[in-house]
Amino acid sequence: MKRLLALMLAVVMITAAVLTGCGSGSAAPAGGEGLKVGFIYIGTPGDVGYTFAHDQGRIYLEEQLKDKGVTTAKVESVPETADSEKAIKNLIDQGCKVIFATSFGYMDFVEKVAKEYPDVKFFHCSGNKSNETNFVNYFGKIEQARYLTGIVAGLKTKSGKIGYVAAMQIPEVIRGIDAFTLGVRSVNPTAVVNVKWTNTWYDPQLEKSAAEALLNEGNDVIAQHQDSTAPQIAAQEKGAFAIGYNSDSSKAAPKAYLTAPVWNWGVYYVDQVQKILDGSWKAENYLGGMHEGVVDIGPMTDLVDADIKAKVEEVKAKILDGSLDVFAGPVKDQTGAVKIAEGATMTVEEQQACKWFVEGVNGKID
Amino acid sequence: MTFINILTFILTGAVTAGTPLLFATLGEIITEKVGQLNLGVEGMMLMGAVIGFSAALSTGNPVLGILAGMIAGACGALIFAFLTITLRANQIVSGLSLTIFGTGFSSFVGQKMVGQGLADSVRNSFAPIKLPLLGDIPVLGPALFNQNVLVYAGYVVAVILAIYLYKTRLGLNMRMVGENPGAADTAGINVALYKYVHILIGGMLCGIAGAYMSMITVPSWQDGVTGGRGWIAVALVIFVTWNPYKAMLGSYFFGALSILGLYLQGYVHIPQSIFDMLPYFATIIVLIMISLKKSKENNPPKALGEPYFREDR
Repeated sequence: MKRLLALMLAVVMITAAVLTGCGSGSAAPAGGEGLKVGFIYIGTPGDVGYTFAHDQGRIYLEEQLKDKGVTTAKVESVPETADSEKAIKNLIDQGCKVIFATSFGYMDFVEKVAKEYPDVKFFHCSGNKSNETNFVNYFGKIEQARYLTGIVAGLKTKSGKIGYVAAMQIPEVIRGIDAFTLGVRSVNPTAVVNVKWTNTWYDPQLEKSAAEALLNEGNDVIAQHQDSTAPQIAAQEKGAFAIGYNSDSSKAAPKAYLTAPVWNWGVYYVDQVQKILDGSWKAENYLGGMHEGVVDIGPMTDLVDADIKAKVEEVKAKILDGSLDVFAGPVKDQTGAVKIAEGATMTVEEQQACKWFVEGVNGKID
Repeated sequence: MTFINILTFILTGAVTAGTPLLFATLGEIITEKVGQLNLGVEGMMLMGAVIGFSAALSTGNPVLGILAGMIAGACGALIFAFLTITLRANQIVSGLSLTIFGTGFSSFVGQKMVGQGLADSVRNSFAPIKLPLLGDIPVLGPALFNQNVLVYAGYVVAVILAIYLYKTRLGLNMRMVGENPGAADTAGINVALYKYVHILIGGMLCGIAGAYMSMITVPSWQDGVTGGRGWIAVALVIFVTWNPYKAMLGSYFFGALSILGLYLQGYVHIPQSIFDMLPYFATIIVLIMISLKKSKENNPPKALGEPYFREDR
């Protein structure tokens, strides 16, 4: 009897593990003529953040190109180790001819696998390696969207103090804070942006505590570069306003959420897969902006006044037609020294190495 | 901001952040006191978090949410109890697999709820309630007596557990099971029953801890909402030497450590990673102190982690 029970329990747990851990995107016809696209994720779409945004892109791709026989598969929570190589090879074994590896740490493994499988096309997000034939990298100018959300925050703040909950001290986050602050100061030249580091991408409790610390210190709008919605919830509980990241958090914090810089990866995914289907695909690295539609400012809620919305639309139009570069000089750093001269801007290389704050940021980089 | 202000903010935040740690720690204390080492705290917390959240989301009733969280935690504990007591499986392995199972379970069940938020009525029922008089004490008043219902529940549960452990016959029996199950068996105590009941109660408390994080800390569903706090609770049990009163102090202290760095960032230059490290560092120090002092009171239950076979006596 006991043995039977133990066996049943084992079966239940294994089934559950299979259902939860190894779920693949969709039931693709094995060996069919359609194109199968594989995705590997660093987390689960349940993070309501980074992976969620990529998964929305995958779903969009499937919807748009379903009629042309495109199917997708995904592997969640793949660590940035040699395991990612296995995960990619598994997807290829399942018939994937296109692989999107969506996190930075997969880079070297993708490079390796790309050599072994010349007939499979590899796309790596946020990296800086590629080859001439079947391996490219892609990312987007989220700074443009952050600049616009900075305008919203700069016009919304009453105390002139804006809090920013930031994850890691890496160029991606730092230049995001810079772009945001430039946006704030473009409409509110005396406002300051106070930064608190959490040292983690994802820890709802700690992110909330960081936002609470900022709110206690008199900041009345909270922006963030994290993966959870906790900072927005902290803002709501203190009657302040919040700007999210990655996804719409109007359900999590309806009384605080203003807008967010968002990714529309689907635009890029559909474009590339369509080109592969047409046979017109070339191995080209990609850094898309608002113009391409891959990044955008999310819908602004009713908490954003009409005149602020109008201002944002006005500036957005300038970014779209190319007449406004968010990092256009002159830009001063925290000490007041001019870092970007008049007429110049930050090059892509400089952005990838950005380790300084612009004037108006109150925070330290270790 | 004055120093008093900052101190008040830090202490208030410490108690709020420490409360889920307190529930989980108390749950693990009960479990370990009865001789079972359940490393599945994180898993039970996540099960409590997802089931509690989903109950609160669908019914709009905060009490049902917490209850559902408790039951989910107990179900997780039941798996562990069945494996380790009835089947005498290895406790470490069973506990670790419970954590893995609970993590997967929560993200599977939570899939459809991602990004959903709880209704205002639920959120408001966890708004801080200021106790008369006590709440007016400077610094400590706002920190300890102007908090949400579950923080107060945490005080009560800790005190009840301490009284139960040290002042009642049942508590004495239960500690005996953890120290020497053979002797307890001889004395006519039903060892398996004691273990089952206390593990289940421990699981319920872990379930509350999880529900606290998904319903109060962040009342909107997202994966892995506990952020590894189950492991901190396991460390805390050692840090507070299996004592419910010290568990209160310890939980709030660990809560304070987690937010101290955030307030200091503007003033002194200490990297946040130092503060992330401190709870574990403190636990190691306590472990060293325990082994140096050799006092009976502070030692782990003697039969902790050992399966009990009546035939082995």
